[in-house]
Amino acid sequence: MKKNKMIERVIHGVFLILGLLTVGCVLLITIYLVISGVPAIAEIGLFDFLFGTEWASTATEPKYGILPFILTSVYGTAGAILIGVPIGFFAAVYLSKMATPKVKAFMEGAVSLLAGIPSVVYGLVGMLVLVPAVREIFDIPDGASLFSAIIVLAIMILPSIIKVSMTALEAVPKEYEDASLALGATPVETYFRVSVPAAKSGIAAAVVLGVGRAIGEAMAVMMVSGNVPNMPSLFQSVRFLTTAVASEMSYSSGLQQQALFSIALVLFLFIMLINATLNFFLKKEKD
Amino acid sequence: MLSKKRKLYIGAMKAAMYISTGLTAALVIFLVVYVFVKGVPHISWELLSTKPSYISGRIGILPDILNTLYIVLATLIFVIPLGVGAAIYLTEYAKNKRLVGIIEYAAETLSGIPSIIYGLVGMLFFCQFLGFKTSLLAGSLTLVIMNLPTVMRTTQESLKTVPQSYRDGAFGLGAGKWRVIRTVVLPGCVDGVITGCILSIGRILGESAALLFTAGFAHALNGIFEGLTSPGASLTVALYVYAKEQGEFGVAFAIAAILMILTLLINFSATLVSRYFAKKREL
Amino acid sequence: MSDIMTAKDLNLWYDQTQALKNVNITIPEKSITAFIGPSGCGKSTFLKTLNRMNDLIPSVRITGEVCYNGQNIYDSSVDVNELRREIGMVFQKPNPFPMSIYDNIAYGPRTHGIKSKVKLDEIVEQSLRDAAIWDEVKDRLKKNALGMSGGQQQRLCIARALAVKPKILLMDEPTSALDPISTSRIEELAIELKKSYTIVIVTHNMQQAVRISDNTAFFLLGELIEYGETEKLFSQPTDKRTEDYITGRFG
Repeated sequence: MKKNKMIERVIHGVFLILGLLTVGCVLLITIYLVISGVPAIAEIGLFDFLFGTEWASTATEPKYGILPFILTSVYGTAGAILIGVPIGFFAAVYLSKMATPKVKAFMEGAVSLLAGIPSVVYGLVGMLVLVPAVREIFDIPDGASLFSAIIVLAIMILPSIIKVSMTALEAVPKEYEDASLALGATPVETYFRVSVPAAKSGIAAAVVLGVGRAIGEAMAVMMVSGNVPNMPSLFQSVRFLTTAVASEMSYSSGLQQQALFSIALVLFLFIMLINATLNFFLKKEKD
Repeated sequence: MLSKKRKLYIGAMKAAMYISTGLTAALVIFLVVYVFVKGVPHISWELLSTKPSYISGRIGILPDILNTLYIVLATLIFVIPLGVGAAIYLTEYAKNKRLVGIIEYAAETLSGIPSIIYGLVGMLFFCQFLGFKTSLLAGSLTLVIMNLPTVMRTTQESLKTVPQSYRDGAFGLGAGKWRVIRTVVLPGCVDGVITGCILSIGRILGESAALLFTAGFAHALNGIFEGLTSPGASLTVALYVYAKEQGEFGVAFAIAAILMILTLLINFSATLVSRYFAKKREL
Repeated sequence: MSDIMTAKDLNLWYDQTQALKNVNITIPEKSITAFIGPSGCGKSTFLKTLNRMNDLIPSVRITGEVCYNGQNIYDSSVDVNELRREIGMVFQKPNPFPMSIYDNIAYGPRTHGIKSKVKLDEIVEQSLRDAAIWDEVKDRLKKNALGMSGGQQQRLCIARALAVKPKILLMDEPTSALDPISTSRIEELAIELKKSYTIVIVTHNMQQAVRISDNTAFFLLGELIEYGETEKLFSQPTDKRTEDYITGRFG
């Protein structure tokens, strides 16, 4: 009898530990990034690090300014959102409200596939189709540029935007739409003036999720953006926060490597901010 | 009669919807067809069954296929018990709502962290701190953290569908908590675990940034135990290396085609499984 | 007849709401005791305190005592699982496990450590016979229990409860989800079972209380209003509120 109670208590403890595992992982990641990221910032100086416009980590007199990466990530994400969100949004309205079951089933499969394709495959196709096309069309020496990266990112965030928006739009009570139709609004007017506003928190969540995906993507972007630490310009080779970490990690050491950890820390802070925003919208949608 | 302004609005909205949906569909079809056309001709038995040799200049991706397989297996072996256990804690044990909120927020946070950061922390923690060096095991453990929220969430969802009356019935017979969980709760969450596995496999197959610095780039042919302790490239990492560093686009597309087929298979089986369990639940 | 269970000054709260107020009652052995009252009167809540099923609901707080054979079941030394083995429960909605009929019955004995196949076979057969369902299911013991009709499922749940050889059987509106024929079979079964078991039944059906119970307790708003022999309670209630209720003036 006492033994049984003991066993139950031990098992409860084991499950408690498993339950806390996610919290532990978040702490582990945070602590590691802070511990390994802060020293370089301290050495370089926070201002010089964040607002320095020049990154020359391997020069004899190395410079560690990451403003080019920050701006590239921000512009790249903004560009991807600008292109991806409207397409995803209109497709989501169509699929959730107007599409025939067959079209909807096909497109749901297509969107899942889009979400499942590995990012290196996007990078590969981007490298061989998009980059040459951009070079030809805009008549620039190299198509590997911020513009190419924006297109790839816009495509990669499409599935998140479509799926999350669709879920939100489908959750709109049919009574709202019926009421609008009964007042003489056409179906299309109803969808955009009643259903979309009713689902706005969910759609906002979709956009924020897209922002998170875009800012965190590394491999595909690395393959199409040229990877030179320039200040961002649409048709120039650029480097993102993610690709800055990835491209030098394998051969870096000392302060250079520590600076890469600092970049990761900056990226992490961006992501935490985005997560908090996302959570805000998701909670709002639940209510 | 609709006014001209309304007609214009409706027309514009409809056009935007058709164009957006059409564009998305065209994009998917283009990607699939392009990758297959470029990749399938390069898939040969020799490519699939050999390892690369600098002497003969031959490229084989067998090591990468095996590495991927090892990573998938090792990750699942760890992530399933951990994820299921976390879900059981949340649905069966946790009474404190704030704690549940914190755990769920942590899971949410984990699924939002970019894989490059996982790669970095995995390198610092598993490769350096725990001394696993650059190895498939270090890569797998990194992926365990990445996939933990997925398995946890799908299991949690399916645990919620186990009727409370089953638990009451078992408690009413004098069964202890652990026995109730083992005998009437766990059998009810098999569908969630399977769904979680399929989603995780998909994510593992597609992952590259998290593996780059944890599992490395090697193409050595190894058995599973040897493999787990040595560095090795997964299919995605191999694709990256062949395309970006070596300019071997034929091989890269062959790998891309294989990955595409696997993705299709995974999506297909995910649909099948969810349909099967939905039907079963109705009975 | 000796008393097997006693509640003394029992109070129960869900968070801030008091659901039971100073309940005092003694339940005699090998008899049927019925709890009646309008919905929300606390009769089911009280039933659940008798084998501590309310432990499963967070935020429940209890004061007072419930004694089983002289021992306070809320004492910290009591093994809840052992207690529930001796005080079994049948629920409002039939809740067989999604397993075979055999495994459903064998669940309890296995829980309490019986492994021998011969012994289990014997218990399964005896329990199903005691619950008057053996003849209907003996040829399909390996079939899934969820394939049975509602009435059969409820008798299976009774058999499942009997399989751990309890002393007391708590029944929480066991027939409310069943058709009249199944209901009368369960009632007959209850009368048969009181030869060897003590039965406490919650019912919202007053005819049922009259038909099968020896004693009846009337609950209202968490209070035990009146308790006594069934015949007397229904023919000459002493409390005005009892009279109002059994004559159908409210509830």
